[in-house]
Amino acid sequence: MPTMHQDRTITAPMVYPDSAPFWEAAKESRLLIKRCRDCSQFHWYPRTICPHCGSDATEWVAASGRATIYSVSVTRRAGPQAYAIAYVTLEEGVTMMTNIIDCDLDTLRIGDAVTVAFRDSDGGPPVPMFRPV
Amino acid sequence: MTIRGKACIVGAYEHPTRKAPDKTVAQLHAESARGALADAGLSLKDVDGYFCASDAPGLGALSMVDYLGLNLRHVDTTETGGSSYIVHVSHAAQAIAAGKCNIALITLAGRTRSEAQGGTVPRNWGPNIPDSPFEAPFGTVTVNSYALVAARHMHEFGTTSEQLAWIKVAASTHAQYNKNAMLRDVYTVEDVVNSPMISDPLHRLDCCVVTDGGGALIVTRPEIARELKRPLVTVRGAGEAIKGQDGGRIDLSYTAAARSGPIAFEEAGVKPGDIDYASIYDSFTITVLMQLEDLGFCEKGKGGRFVADGNLIAGQGKLPFNTDGGGLCNNHPANRGGMTKVIEAVRQLRGEAHPAVQVKDCRLAVAQGIGGLMGARHGSGTLILERS
Repeated sequence: MPTMHQDRTITAPMVYPDSAPFWEAAKESRLLIKRCRDCSQFHWYPRTICPHCGSDATEWVAASGRATIYSVSVTRRAGPQAYAIAYVTLEEGVTMMTNIIDCDLDTLRIGDAVTVAFRDSDGGPPVPMFRPV
Repeated sequence: MTIRGKACIVGAYEHPTRKAPDKTVAQLHAESARGALADAGLSLKDVDGYFCASDAPGLGALSMVDYLGLNLRHVDTTETGGSSYIVHVSHAAQAIAAGKCNIALITLAGRTRSEAQGGTVPRNWGPNIPDSPFEAPFGTVTVNSYALVAARHMHEFGTTSEQLAWIKVAASTHAQYNKNAMLRDVYTVEDVVNSPMISDPLHRLDCCVVTDGGGALIVTRPEIARELKRPLVTVRGAGEAIKGQDGGRIDLSYTAAARSGPIAFEEAGVKPGDIDYASIYDSFTITVLMQLEDLGFCEKGKGGRFVADGNLIAGQGKLPFNTDGGGLCNNHPANRGGMTKVIEAVRQLRGEAHPAVQVKDCRLAVAQGIGGLMGARHGSGTLILERS
Protein backbone atom coordinates (compact mmCIF):
# COMPACT_ATOMS: atom_id res chain seq x y z
CA MET A 1 0.00 0.00 0.00
CA PRO A 2 1.52 3.38 -0.95
CA THR A 3 2.21 6.05 1.64
CA MET A 4 0.89 9.17 -0.09
CA HIS A 5 2.23 12.42 1.26
CA GLN A 6 -0.23 14.24 3.48
CA ASP A 7 0.15 17.84 4.59
CA ARG A 8 1.03 18.15 8.25
CA THR A 9 1.37 21.04 10.67
CA ILE A 10 4.81 22.48 10.07
CA THR A 11 6.56 24.00 13.06
CA ALA A 12 7.25 27.66 12.28
CA PRO A 13 10.97 28.41 11.99
CA MET A 14 12.44 30.90 14.42
CA VAL A 15 13.26 33.97 12.32
CA TYR A 16 16.60 35.35 13.49
CA PRO A 17 18.09 38.66 12.32
CA ASP A 18 20.95 36.98 10.47
CA SER A 19 18.65 34.90 8.28
CA ALA A 20 15.63 37.23 7.95
CA PRO A 21 16.28 37.82 4.20
CA PHE A 22 16.00 34.06 3.66
CA TRP A 23 12.46 34.03 5.02
CA GLU A 24 11.48 37.20 3.14
CA ALA A 25 12.54 35.50 -0.11
CA ALA A 26 10.71 32.33 0.94
CA LYS A 27 7.46 34.31 0.95
CA GLU A 28 8.10 34.80 -2.79
CA SER A 29 9.02 31.11 -3.23
CA ARG A 30 12.67 31.95 -3.80
CA LEU A 31 15.36 29.78 -2.23
CA LEU A 32 18.39 31.79 -1.13
CA ILE A 33 21.72 30.38 -0.02
CA LYS A 34 24.85 32.06 1.23
CA ARG A 35 28.12 32.40 -0.67
CA CYS A 36 31.40 33.81 0.57
CA ARG A 37 32.85 36.64 -1.52
CA ASP A 38 36.37 35.82 -0.28
CA CYS A 39 36.58 32.02 -0.78
CA SER A 40 33.67 31.75 -3.28
CA GLN A 41 32.27 28.75 -1.41
CA PHE A 42 28.59 28.22 -0.73
CA HIS A 43 27.54 27.17 2.75
CA TRP A 44 24.43 25.84 4.48
CA TYR A 45 22.68 26.66 6.81
CA PRO A 46 23.08 30.40 6.18
CA ARG A 47 25.16 32.48 8.59
CA THR A 48 27.03 35.78 8.57
CA ILE A 49 30.53 34.33 9.01
CA CYS A 50 31.68 31.83 6.37
CA PRO A 51 32.24 28.43 8.07
CA HIS A 52 34.79 27.49 5.40
CA CYS A 53 37.19 30.44 5.72
CA GLY A 54 35.97 32.70 8.52
CA SER A 55 35.31 35.71 6.32
CA ASP A 56 32.40 38.02 7.15
CA ALA A 57 31.94 38.89 3.46
CA THR A 58 29.01 36.54 2.88
CA GLU A 59 26.21 37.33 0.43
CA TRP A 60 22.80 35.93 -0.46
CA VAL A 61 22.41 34.34 -3.86
CA ALA A 62 19.41 32.64 -5.47
CA ALA A 63 19.68 28.86 -5.77
CA SER A 64 18.22 27.06 -8.78
CA GLY A 65 16.02 24.92 -6.55
CA ARG A 66 17.16 21.74 -8.32
CA ALA A 67 18.60 19.03 -6.10
CA THR A 68 19.11 15.31 -5.64
CA ILE A 69 18.23 13.23 -2.60
CA TYR A 70 21.36 12.47 -0.50
CA SER A 71 19.47 10.48 2.14
CA VAL A 72 15.82 9.99 3.01
CA SER A 73 13.81 8.37 5.80
CA VAL A 74 10.05 8.03 6.02
CA THR A 75 9.27 8.73 9.66
CA ARG A 76 6.15 6.69 10.36
CA ARG A 77 5.60 6.90 14.10
CA ALA A 78 6.34 10.43 15.25
CA GLY A 79 3.09 12.29 14.83
CA PRO A 80 -0.24 11.73 13.11
CA GLN A 81 1.11 11.45 9.53
CA ALA A 82 4.11 9.74 8.03
CA TYR A 83 6.56 12.21 6.51
CA ALA A 84 9.79 11.94 4.55
CA ILE A 85 12.73 13.69 6.15
CA ALA A 86 15.68 14.05 3.80
CA TYR A 87 18.97 15.62 3.04
CA VAL A 88 19.06 16.97 -0.51
CA THR A 89 22.17 18.21 -2.31
CA LEU A 90 21.50 21.40 -4.23
CA GLU A 91 22.90 21.94 -7.70
CA GLU A 92 25.17 24.53 -6.08
CA GLY A 93 26.78 21.79 -3.96
CA VAL A 94 25.46 22.27 -0.44
CA THR A 95 23.33 19.65 1.29
CA MET A 96 20.32 20.74 3.36
CA MET A 97 17.67 19.11 5.51
CA THR A 98 14.12 19.14 4.17
CA ASN A 99 10.97 17.09 3.59
CA ILE A 100 10.06 15.41 0.32
CA ILE A 101 6.38 16.00 -0.49
CA ASP A 102 3.65 15.51 -3.11
CA CYS A 103 4.42 11.88 -3.91
CA ASP A 104 4.19 8.29 -2.70
CA LEU A 105 6.81 8.43 0.05
CA ASP A 106 7.53 4.70 -0.31
CA THR A 107 8.94 5.23 -3.81
CA LEU A 108 11.63 7.74 -2.80
CA ARG A 109 15.22 6.70 -3.42
CA ILE A 110 18.62 8.24 -2.78
CA GLY A 111 19.78 9.94 -5.99
CA ASP A 112 16.26 10.94 -7.11
CA ALA A 113 15.99 14.40 -8.70
CA VAL A 114 13.80 16.85 -6.78
CA THR A 115 12.85 20.52 -7.01
CA VAL A 116 12.01 23.07 -4.34
CA ALA A 117 8.36 23.62 -3.34
CA PHE A 118 7.60 25.97 -0.47
CA ARG A 119 5.00 25.04 2.14
CA ASP A 120 3.38 27.32 4.71
CA SER A 121 4.42 26.82 8.31
CA ASP A 122 2.15 27.15 11.33
CA GLY A 123 2.09 30.90 11.91
CA GLY A 124 5.47 31.55 10.31
CA PRO A 125 7.01 31.97 6.87
CA PRO A 126 6.91 29.25 4.19
CA VAL A 127 9.69 26.65 4.42
CA PRO A 128 11.60 25.03 1.55
CA MET A 129 10.48 21.48 0.86
CA PHE A 130 11.14 19.43 -2.26
CA ARG A 131 9.07 17.29 -4.63
CA PRO A 132 10.19 14.70 -7.15
CA VAL A 133 10.77 16.05 -10.65
CA MET B 1 51.28 15.55 28.42
CA THR B 2 49.61 12.19 28.27
CA ILE B 3 46.96 10.81 30.62
CA ARG B 4 48.19 7.26 30.02
CA GLY B 5 48.49 5.60 33.41
CA LYS B 6 47.73 8.84 35.27
CA ALA B 7 44.30 7.91 36.65
CA CYS B 8 42.21 4.92 37.69
CA ILE B 9 38.47 4.29 37.90
CA VAL B 10 37.92 3.06 41.45
CA GLY B 11 34.16 3.40 41.75
CA ALA B 12 31.37 2.54 39.33
CA TYR B 13 27.67 2.29 40.05
CA GLU B 14 24.63 1.82 37.88
CA HIS B 15 21.39 2.74 39.60
CA PRO B 16 19.13 -0.35 39.54
CA THR B 17 15.92 1.57 38.83
CA ARG B 18 14.43 1.70 35.36
CA LYS B 19 11.31 3.63 36.42
CA ALA B 20 11.38 6.18 39.20
CA PRO B 21 8.26 8.38 39.09
CA ASP B 22 8.57 9.11 42.80
CA LYS B 23 12.19 10.23 42.77
CA THR B 24 13.69 13.54 41.68
CA VAL B 25 16.51 13.85 39.17
CA ALA B 26 18.80 15.36 41.82
CA GLN B 27 18.01 12.43 44.11
CA LEU B 28 18.93 9.94 41.38
CA HIS B 29 22.24 11.77 40.86
CA ALA B 30 22.89 11.65 44.61
CA GLU B 31 21.94 7.97 44.98
CA SER B 32 24.24 7.16 42.06
CA ALA B 33 27.07 9.18 43.64
CA ARG B 34 26.62 7.34 46.95
CA GLY B 35 26.70 4.01 45.16
CA ALA B 36 29.93 4.77 43.30
CA LEU B 37 31.60 6.14 46.43
CA ALA B 38 30.58 3.04 48.40
CA ASP B 39 31.96 0.86 45.61
CA ALA B 40 35.28 2.72 45.91
CA GLY B 41 35.29 2.73 49.70
CA LEU B 42 35.17 6.53 49.80
CA SER B 43 32.69 9.15 50.97
CA LEU B 44 31.33 12.48 49.74
CA LYS B 45 33.84 14.41 51.84
CA ASP B 46 36.70 12.81 49.88
CA VAL B 47 35.48 14.27 46.57
CA ASP B 48 37.36 17.36 45.38
CA GLY B 49 36.45 17.30 41.68
CA TYR B 50 32.95 17.06 40.15
CA PHE B 51 31.89 16.40 36.58
CA CYS B 52 28.38 16.54 35.14
CA ALA B 53 26.58 17.44 31.91
CA SER B 54 23.24 19.02 31.09
CA ASP B 55 21.19 16.19 32.58
CA ALA B 56 22.13 17.68 35.97
CA PRO B 57 19.09 19.73 37.00
CA GLY B 58 18.88 23.46 37.60
CA LEU B 59 22.20 25.22 37.17
CA GLY B 60 23.96 21.91 36.60
CA ALA B 61 27.11 21.67 38.70
CA LEU B 62 26.01 24.63 40.83
CA SER B 63 22.79 22.90 41.79
CA MET B 64 24.31 19.45 42.23
CA VAL B 65 27.41 20.54 44.18
CA ASP B 66 25.11 22.37 46.58
CA TYR B 67 22.66 19.44 46.77
CA LEU B 68 25.43 16.94 47.45
CA GLY B 69 27.28 19.22 49.87
CA LEU B 70 30.58 18.92 48.03
CA ASN B 71 33.70 20.92 48.80
CA LEU B 72 35.58 21.15 45.51
CA ARG B 73 38.81 22.28 43.97
CA HIS B 74 37.79 21.43 40.41
CA VAL B 75 34.60 21.39 38.33
CA ASP B 76 33.92 20.48 34.67
CA THR B 77 30.57 20.53 32.89
CA THR B 78 31.68 19.44 29.43
CA GLU B 79 28.61 18.68 27.31
CA THR B 80 28.95 16.36 24.31
CA GLY B 81 25.53 14.76 24.56
CA GLY B 82 25.38 11.13 25.65
CA SER B 83 29.12 10.75 25.18
CA SER B 84 29.80 13.38 27.89
CA TYR B 85 30.59 10.91 30.66
CA ILE B 86 33.23 9.12 28.58
CA VAL B 87 34.82 12.51 27.92
CA HIS B 88 34.49 13.33 31.64
CA VAL B 89 36.69 10.36 32.54
CA SER B 90 39.34 11.73 30.19
CA HIS B 91 39.00 15.24 31.59
CA ALA B 92 39.11 13.91 35.14
CA ALA B 93 42.34 12.10 34.30
CA GLN B 94 43.73 15.34 32.86
CA ALA B 95 42.73 17.30 35.97
CA ILE B 96 44.27 14.64 38.23
CA ALA B 97 47.47 14.57 36.16
CA ALA B 98 47.65 18.38 36.39
CA GLY B 99 47.18 18.29 40.16
CA LYS B 100 43.81 20.05 40.03
CA CYS B 101 41.97 17.36 42.00
CA ASN B 102 42.52 13.95 43.57
CA ILE B 103 39.12 12.31 43.68
CA ALA B 104 36.73 13.06 40.85
CA LEU B 105 33.02 12.22 40.92
CA ILE B 106 31.07 11.96 37.66
CA THR B 107 27.27 11.63 37.80
CA LEU B 108 24.41 11.19 35.36
CA ALA B 109 20.68 10.72 35.99
CA GLY B 110 17.34 11.30 34.36
CA ARG B 111 13.67 10.41 34.33
CA THR B 112 13.15 10.18 30.60
CA ARG B 113 10.72 7.29 30.94
CA SER B 114 8.53 8.96 33.56
CA GLU B 115 8.66 12.17 31.56
CA ALA B 116 7.90 10.37 28.24
CA GLN B 117 10.97 11.77 26.47
CA GLY B 118 11.56 9.14 23.82
CA GLY B 119 13.24 9.22 20.44
CA THR B 120 10.13 10.19 18.48
CA VAL B 121 9.46 13.34 20.51
CA PRO B 122 10.65 16.63 18.98
CA ARG B 123 13.55 17.99 20.97
CA ASN B 124 12.92 21.43 22.37
CA TRP B 125 16.22 23.08 23.09
CA GLY B 126 14.75 26.58 23.30
CA PRO B 127 15.47 29.76 21.37
CA ASN B 128 18.75 30.95 19.83
CA ILE B 129 19.78 27.57 18.43
CA PRO B 130 21.49 28.53 15.18
CA ASP B 131 20.45 25.47 13.15
CA SER B 132 16.87 25.12 14.41
CA PRO B 133 15.12 27.31 11.76
CA PHE B 134 16.57 25.07 9.06
CA GLU B 135 15.82 21.73 10.73
CA ALA B 136 12.94 21.92 13.24
CA PRO B 137 10.24 22.55 10.56
CA PHE B 138 11.10 19.22 8.93
CA GLY B 139 10.11 17.05 11.87
CA THR B 140 13.55 16.27 13.24
CA VAL B 141 13.40 13.79 16.10
CA THR B 142 16.19 11.63 17.44
CA VAL B 143 15.32 8.46 15.54
CA ASN B 144 15.12 9.99 12.07
CA SER B 145 18.52 11.63 12.41
CA TYR B 146 20.05 8.19 12.95
CA ALA B 147 17.78 6.70 10.28
CA LEU B 148 19.21 9.08 7.67
CA VAL B 149 22.67 7.70 8.45
CA ALA B 150 21.40 4.12 8.23
CA ALA B 151 19.64 4.75 4.90
CA ARG B 152 22.81 6.27 3.46
CA HIS B 153 24.97 3.39 4.74
CA MET B 154 22.65 0.87 3.10
CA HIS B 155 22.83 2.86 -0.16
CA GLU B 156 26.63 3.24 -0.18
CA PHE B 157 27.68 -0.12 1.22
CA GLY B 158 24.77 -2.50 0.77
CA THR B 159 24.22 -2.93 4.50
CA THR B 160 20.96 -4.76 5.28
CA SER B 161 18.30 -4.58 8.00
CA GLU B 162 19.15 -8.18 8.89
CA GLN B 163 22.77 -7.23 9.55
CA LEU B 164 21.71 -4.32 11.78
CA ALA B 165 19.32 -6.66 13.59
CA TRP B 166 22.25 -8.84 14.68
CA ILE B 167 23.37 -5.97 16.92
CA LYS B 168 20.07 -6.16 18.83
CA VAL B 169 20.26 -9.95 18.89
CA ALA B 170 23.70 -9.75 20.55
CA ALA B 171 22.57 -7.13 23.08
CA SER B 172 19.47 -9.14 23.97
CA THR B 173 21.48 -12.35 24.31
CA HIS B 174 23.49 -10.53 27.01
CA ALA B 175 20.52 -8.77 28.63
CA GLN B 176 18.82 -12.06 29.55
CA TYR B 177 21.39 -12.41 32.35
CA ASN B 178 20.92 -8.87 33.72
CA LYS B 179 18.15 -8.89 36.31
CA ASN B 180 17.87 -5.09 36.12
CA ALA B 181 17.60 -4.94 32.33
CA MET B 182 14.44 -3.34 30.98
CA LEU B 183 14.20 -5.92 28.18
CA ARG B 184 15.26 -9.48 29.04
CA ASP B 185 13.75 -11.31 26.06
CA VAL B 186 16.22 -12.82 23.63
CA TYR B 187 15.37 -11.50 20.15
CA THR B 188 16.00 -13.07 16.78
CA VAL B 189 16.84 -11.29 13.55
CA GLU B 190 13.26 -11.97 12.44
CA ASP B 191 11.88 -10.36 15.62
CA VAL B 192 13.81 -7.18 14.84
CA VAL B 193 12.99 -6.85 11.15
CA ASN B 194 9.33 -7.74 11.78
CA SER B 195 8.92 -5.13 14.53
CA PRO B 196 7.09 -1.93 13.51
CA MET B 197 8.98 0.47 11.26
CA ILE B 198 9.61 3.71 13.17
CA SER B 199 11.66 5.67 10.64
CA ASP B 200 12.94 3.81 7.57
CA PRO B 201 15.07 1.72 7.85
CA LEU B 202 15.01 1.61 11.67
CA HIS B 203 12.45 -0.66 13.34
CA ARG B 204 11.26 -0.42 16.91
CA LEU B 205 13.77 -3.09 17.95
CA ASP B 206 16.60 -1.18 16.27
CA CYS B 207 16.02 1.46 18.97
CA CYS B 208 17.26 1.62 22.54
CA VAL B 209 15.03 1.50 25.59
CA VAL B 210 13.74 4.62 27.34
CA THR B 211 14.45 4.37 31.07
CA ASP B 212 14.73 6.37 34.25
CA GLY B 213 17.93 5.88 36.14
CA GLY B 214 21.45 7.05 36.69
CA GLY B 215 25.05 6.17 37.18
CA ALA B 216 28.27 7.47 38.66
CA LEU B 217 32.02 6.97 38.47
CA ILE B 218 34.94 7.77 40.76
CA VAL B 219 38.31 8.57 39.20
CA THR B 220 41.48 9.05 41.22
CA ARG B 221 45.26 8.98 40.96
CA PRO B 222 47.00 5.56 40.94
CA GLU B 223 48.66 6.11 44.33
CA ILE B 224 45.26 6.53 45.99
CA ALA B 225 43.69 3.77 43.88
CA ARG B 226 46.29 1.25 45.10
CA GLU B 227 45.27 1.97 48.72
CA LEU B 228 41.65 1.14 47.98
CA LYS B 229 40.39 -2.42 47.83
CA ARG B 230 39.06 -2.58 44.29
CA PRO B 231 40.80 -4.13 41.26
CA LEU B 232 42.83 -1.51 39.42
CA VAL B 233 41.24 -0.18 36.24
CA THR B 234 43.60 2.35 34.68
CA VAL B 235 42.93 4.96 32.00
CA ARG B 236 45.25 4.18 29.14
CA GLY B 237 44.10 6.56 26.41
CA ALA B 238 41.26 8.86 25.41
CA GLY B 239 40.05 10.91 22.49
CA GLU B 240 37.24 13.32 21.83
CA ALA B 241 35.86 14.96 18.70
CA ILE B 242 32.81 16.81 17.42
CA LYS B 243 31.39 16.45 13.94
CA GLY B 244 28.79 18.72 12.39
CA GLN B 245 27.61 19.43 8.88
CA ASP B 246 30.83 21.05 7.60
CA GLY B 247 28.98 24.07 6.25
CA GLY B 248 26.68 21.93 4.12
CA ARG B 249 29.29 19.43 2.85
CA ILE B 250 27.42 16.69 4.64
CA ASP B 251 28.98 13.23 4.60
CA LEU B 252 27.04 10.68 6.64
CA SER B 253 29.46 7.84 5.88
CA TYR B 254 31.53 8.41 9.02
CA THR B 255 31.19 9.80 12.54
CA ALA B 256 33.37 11.79 14.93
CA ALA B 257 34.61 8.43 16.25
CA ALA B 258 36.83 8.34 13.17
CA ARG B 259 38.78 11.15 14.86
CA SER B 260 38.39 10.39 18.57
CA GLY B 261 39.24 6.71 18.08
CA PRO B 262 42.69 7.07 16.50
CA ILE B 263 43.61 9.74 19.08
CA ALA B 264 42.71 7.34 21.91
CA PHE B 265 44.41 4.30 20.38
CA GLU B 266 47.56 6.31 19.72
CA GLU B 267 47.71 7.55 23.30
CA ALA B 268 47.09 4.04 24.60
CA GLY B 269 49.68 2.52 22.27
CA VAL B 270 47.31 -0.30 21.29
CA LYS B 271 45.30 -1.35 18.24
CA PRO B 272 41.64 -2.30 17.87
CA GLY B 273 42.75 -5.92 17.51
CA ASP B 274 44.18 -5.80 21.06
CA ILE B 275 40.79 -4.99 22.62
CA ASP B 276 39.21 -7.80 24.67
CA TYR B 277 35.85 -6.12 25.31
CA ALA B 278 34.03 -3.16 23.72
CA SER B 279 31.32 -0.97 25.21
CA ILE B 280 29.82 0.79 22.20
CA TYR B 281 27.04 3.33 22.71
CA ASP B 282 23.96 1.79 21.16
CA SER B 283 21.28 4.45 20.93
CA PHE B 284 20.28 2.59 17.75
CA THR B 285 21.73 -0.44 15.99
CA ILE B 286 23.25 1.79 13.30
CA THR B 287 25.11 3.78 15.98
CA VAL B 288 27.07 0.65 16.90
CA LEU B 289 27.86 -0.28 13.33
CA MET B 290 29.17 3.18 12.49
CA GLN B 291 31.40 3.36 15.55
CA LEU B 292 32.84 -0.14 15.02
CA GLU B 293 33.88 0.89 11.51
CA ASP B 294 35.18 4.29 12.60
CA LEU B 295 37.25 2.84 15.45
CA GLY B 296 38.84 0.45 12.97
CA PHE B 297 37.40 -2.86 14.20
CA CYS B 298 36.55 -3.48 10.55
CA GLU B 299 36.93 -1.70 7.22
CA LYS B 300 34.60 1.19 6.38
CA GLY B 301 31.47 -0.25 4.80
CA LYS B 302 32.06 -3.78 6.12
CA GLY B 303 30.32 -3.21 9.47
CA GLY B 304 27.25 -5.15 8.37
CA ARG B 305 29.27 -8.28 7.76
CA PHE B 306 31.29 -7.72 10.95
CA VAL B 307 28.28 -7.63 13.28
CA ALA B 308 26.39 -10.50 11.62
CA ASP B 309 26.19 -14.10 12.80
CA GLY B 310 26.71 -13.35 16.47
CA ASN B 311 30.15 -11.78 16.20
CA LEU B 312 29.34 -9.35 19.05
CA ILE B 313 28.06 -12.06 21.42
CA ALA B 314 30.25 -12.86 24.45
CA GLY B 315 31.70 -16.37 24.34
CA GLN B 316 30.74 -16.75 20.69
CA GLY B 317 31.94 -13.81 18.58
CA LYS B 318 35.27 -12.10 18.06
CA LEU B 319 34.30 -8.84 19.76
CA PRO B 320 32.03 -9.16 22.81
CA PHE B 321 30.13 -5.88 23.22
CA ASN B 322 27.70 -4.35 25.72
CA THR B 323 27.52 -7.41 27.94
CA ASP B 324 25.02 -5.68 30.26
CA GLY B 325 22.52 -5.56 27.39
CA GLY B 326 23.50 -1.99 26.54
CA GLY B 327 21.11 0.81 25.76
CA LEU B 328 19.35 -1.48 23.31
CA CYS B 329 18.04 -3.72 26.10
CA ASN B 330 19.33 -2.81 29.54
CA ASN B 331 19.29 0.88 30.36
CA HIS B 332 19.49 4.34 28.80
CA PRO B 333 19.06 6.84 31.63
CA ALA B 334 18.52 10.49 30.59
CA ASN B 335 18.65 9.25 26.96
CA ARG B 336 22.42 9.28 27.45
CA GLY B 337 24.39 6.08 27.15
CA GLY B 338 28.00 7.08 27.82
CA MET B 339 27.90 6.44 31.56
CA THR B 340 26.65 2.87 31.37
CA LYS B 341 29.26 2.14 28.69
CA VAL B 342 32.07 2.99 31.09
CA ILE B 343 30.41 1.11 33.97
CA GLU B 344 30.15 -2.18 32.06
CA ALA B 345 33.73 -1.82 30.80
CA VAL B 346 34.85 -1.45 34.42
CA ARG B 347 32.83 -4.54 35.41
CA GLN B 348 34.48 -6.55 32.63
CA LEU B 349 38.01 -5.43 33.53
CA ARG B 350 37.38 -6.23 37.20
CA GLY B 351 35.96 -9.63 36.30
CA GLU B 352 32.64 -8.59 37.84
CA ALA B 353 30.38 -8.93 34.82
CA HIS B 354 27.72 -11.66 34.92
CA PRO B 355 29.55 -15.01 34.68
CA ALA B 356 27.58 -15.91 31.56
CA VAL B 357 28.99 -12.90 29.71
CA GLN B 358 32.30 -12.28 31.49
CA VAL B 359 35.16 -12.12 28.98
CA LYS B 360 37.96 -14.42 30.11
CA ASP B 361 41.13 -12.62 31.18
CA CYS B 362 39.71 -9.26 30.11
CA ARG B 363 42.68 -6.87 30.22
CA LEU B 364 41.93 -4.16 27.67
CA ALA B 365 38.56 -2.54 27.01
CA VAL B 366 37.21 0.38 25.02
CA ALA B 367 34.25 2.53 26.02
CA GLN B 368 32.98 4.47 23.02
CA GLY B 369 30.07 6.88 22.72
CA ILE B 370 28.34 9.14 20.22
CA GLY B 371 26.08 11.81 21.70
CA GLY B 372 23.76 14.32 20.09
CA LEU B 373 22.33 13.53 16.67
CA MET B 374 24.49 11.29 14.50
CA GLY B 375 22.92 12.63 11.30
CA ALA B 376 23.27 16.29 12.21
CA ARG B 377 25.87 17.16 14.85
CA HIS B 378 27.35 14.97 17.51
CA GLY B 379 30.20 14.47 19.94
CA SER B 380 32.30 11.34 20.23
CA GLY B 381 34.31 10.11 23.19
CA THR B 382 36.69 7.15 23.10
CA LEU B 383 38.21 5.75 26.28
CA ILE B 384 40.67 2.89 26.51
CA LEU B 385 40.92 1.21 29.90
CA GLU B 386 43.15 -1.56 31.17
CA ARG B 387 43.28 -3.83 34.17
CA SER B 388 46.62 -3.37 35.87
